[in-house]
Amino acid sequence: MTGASSGIGQGCALMAAQMGAKVIVCGRNEERLKETISQLPGEGHSSFAGELTDQTVIEKLVAEIPSLDGVVFSAGISMTAPFTFSTREKFDKVFDVNFFSPIEILRLLVKKKKLVNGASVVFISSVGGNFGFSVGNGIYGASKAALNSMARLCSLELAPKKIRVNSICPGMVVTPLVEGFSENITQEAIQKDMDFYPLKRYGRPEDIAGGVVYLLSEAASWVTGQAICIDGGITAY
Amino acid sequence: MKTLDEFVVLFAEQLDETDPSNVTAQTKFRDLEEWSSLLALSLISMVDEEFDVTLKGDDVKNSETIEDVYNIIVSKK
Repeated sequence: MTGASSGIGQGCALMAAQMGAKVIVCGRNEERLKETISQLPGEGHSSFAGELTDQTVIEKLVAEIPSLDGVVFSAGISMTAPFTFSTREKFDKVFDVNFFSPIEILRLLVKKKKLVNGASVVFISSVGGNFGFSVGNGIYGASKAALNSMARLCSLELAPKKIRVNSICPGMVVTPLVEGFSENITQEAIQKDMDFYPLKRYGRPEDIAGGVVYLLSEAASWVTGQAICIDGGITAY
Repeated sequence: MKTLDEFVVLFAEQLDETDPSNVTAQTKFRDLEEWSSLLALSLISMVDEEFDVTLKGDDVKNSETIEDVYNIIVSKK
């Protein structure tokens, strides 16, 4: 699990461990990873701390880890900028974390045969940029649209190895990442946005983790190439 | 750092329908007919680019005039 020391990734690590998984939590901050592991039930969990946008770190990660039954890419950053302020610099910053890092990790995991036959790959994507568009959300949305595109492509190319590849597209989930978005809008606007959700609240990490654990499990053994919205009904309009 | 007058010019550049000659430090920008959430985001991005200061949504909402915004930028500099 990447991005496992906070937000959705942490929620996924927790639920996967509750379901009996041995989890390798990946993130930038060693302390936070240790804290996450201390909260996980069960034995045999481990951590890998490093900057996963760095090619040498990715290669080290892939070399060090054992074969995996599943992988969850949850590391991500937010960015709010209207189109006319969407510079290449901002695109690069977001795409490095949200797109190039998970795609390169997956490429090497497959190439170095670190995914078992029947493994499940889950990308944490977003409703934004795929099923819903809001002003100022272009760069972030584009990174998540690119991610969904590659996830679907990989589902085809990895199917001969019986590796399933899917993405989960959350609506607004209360996490440190979303706090990044929220800084640019007022509390009043946040309340109004929340009220627009048919289920009248923002998501919680466990709402997303439920879908992730499903995709990781045998219950989803005939599910691949899908982008599944878990969004409080926001895309139902 | 840029002056208040320079900030007023930069602010006016973000607007599409308001004549720049009508935009002053005392303009109550949120009362402008064209004011929108997109313009608020543009203002935040412009301030980040030009002043290297991160404004929050509530900073914009709690400001009445363009000068109020400038004063917040100064206080955060």
